[in-house]
Amino acid sequence: MADYDAIVVGAGLSGSTAAYCMAKAGLSVLVVERGDAAGTKNVTGGRLYAHSLEKIIPGFADEAPVERKVVRERISMVTDESCFTADFSSSRFQNPASASYTVLRAEFDPWLAGKAEEAGCDVVCPAVADELLRENGKITGIKAGDDELTAEVVLLADGVNSLLAQKAGLKKELSPHHVAVGAKEVVELSSGIINDRFNLNEGEGLAQLFAGSPSRGMVGGGFLYTNKTSLCVGLVVTVAHMAKSPDRLPDMLESFRQSAALKPLLEGGKIIEYSAHLVPEGGIHMIPTLSADNVLVLGDAAGFCLNLGFTVRGMDYAIGSGALAAETVIEAKQKGDFSNAVLCGYQTRLENSFVMQDMRTHKNAPDFIEHTPRMFKEYPELVENIFADMFTVSGPSKLMLKKALPYVRKAGLLNLMLDGFKGSRAL
Amino acid sequence: MNVEQKLSINKFVVDEGNPHIVIHQEKMDAEAVKALTVVCPAGLYTLNDKGQLIFEVAGCLECGTCRVAVAHLPGAMEWNHPRPSFGVLYRCG
Repeated sequence: MADYDAIVVGAGLSGSTAAYCMAKAGLSVLVVERGDAAGTKNVTGGRLYAHSLEKIIPGFADEAPVERKVVRERISMVTDESCFTADFSSSRFQNPASASYTVLRAEFDPWLAGKAEEAGCDVVCPAVADELLRENGKITGIKAGDDELTAEVVLLADGVNSLLAQKAGLKKELSPHHVAVGAKEVVELSSGIINDRFNLNEGEGLAQLFAGSPSRGMVGGGFLYTNKTSLCVGLVVTVAHMAKSPDRLPDMLESFRQSAALKPLLEGGKIIEYSAHLVPEGGIHMIPTLSADNVLVLGDAAGFCLNLGFTVRGMDYAIGSGALAAETVIEAKQKGDFSNAVLCGYQTRLENSFVMQDMRTHKNAPDFIEHTPRMFKEYPELVENIFADMFTVSGPSKLMLKKALPYVRKAGLLNLMLDGFKGSRAL
Repeated sequence: MNVEQKLSINKFVVDEGNPHIVIHQEKMDAEAVKALTVVCPAGLYTLNDKGQLIFEVAGCLECGTCRVAVAHLPGAMEWNHPRPSFGVLYRCG
């Protein structure tokens, strides 16, 4: 007799969601978390799109420690000298089903793990699951230090680096082309200054992405999110590109924070944390084997993340995959069969859900972004040149077309048309 | 502000004598060594004047970037999670 129906490795969003849903259905569940508390080993950019958690815990934002509801979106194209920003705000972002919130994981994750605990799960932390236990080849639980804990099924929600999924033979080593490294600073500022500086009402937030010079033309970009009394600012670059960079990532982040596009926004702020995390960005091309006898893979461990340049998502997929993993395990419990014959239903559920449907819809996005370096260098420069001319008066004027054409030619008219066409089909 | 100053703001518990990352430079090529010195967000990989790669475990943000950067070289790095209660403790995340 196993100690538990299910052991979940990792109290992040996929793990705690799965644990919560399984416990609600009456299953006995253990969650092991390597941090001193949930969230203490976790980092997000970060913004959570609410839709998937809203379905599981309706109105969650009223009780969860979310920071601000994002109502203002900015996208900036930045060169060493200039910054072009598109700024969009809308009351449409108020709808709970399509809302998004900035979050800090050391606050948010303990809340969700607490919900799982309230629902009846045991949550043990800090505990590092070092190995999967096997009996005659069959996965029967985990080994954490000297402790052996058994279960009918193990849910691997141990994050992007999932060493256990690799040891289980479900996942290959991460490719430097499929993951990006993100470095982030949390900068403390008063709520009033944030509201004034970003033109926000109380409780409202802003998300801003930066393409161009922050990543020095490499595939990646900068980000800024407003929290209640802090800003998250950071830089994300694909590891394969970063490995060939002449500059160190921490120095690039520092230049970004000193840049004209960012410095005034951080004025008077105090850094209260420096963090880093890997981001799975390979989309469908990096998804591991998701189920086998007595084991499932969830969230970042499964590579469920999508960066389209204008939206960056991972947490909503993690929650979605957690809920579907739980549904599958509940069915396995009812049938008394935890073999892959039943657990493979997880893959079918994912295929029928937004999680895998999005991965398939945007299957060409990772390739398009990686192989269109112009988006990170030539196009920001093109925008700079056109707008600099448009707003400059220093003598006789020229028609817009005459001003713009040489710059368009420099970037390549054919490139622009092709990239526009390919991009609109990939993103 | 340099990265050492930023790291000093974080909360770390160093597991003295038990580094969770062990590097084997003899299994790396020059490209991999150079990559480690630039990809680490904490800047913990440096070269000394003899060209030896030095890794300073205190300050590790546990992101796994170094692991991925040398994953194609068998035996170049032993990368594990720190033991329970050790390593970085994010207060914001």
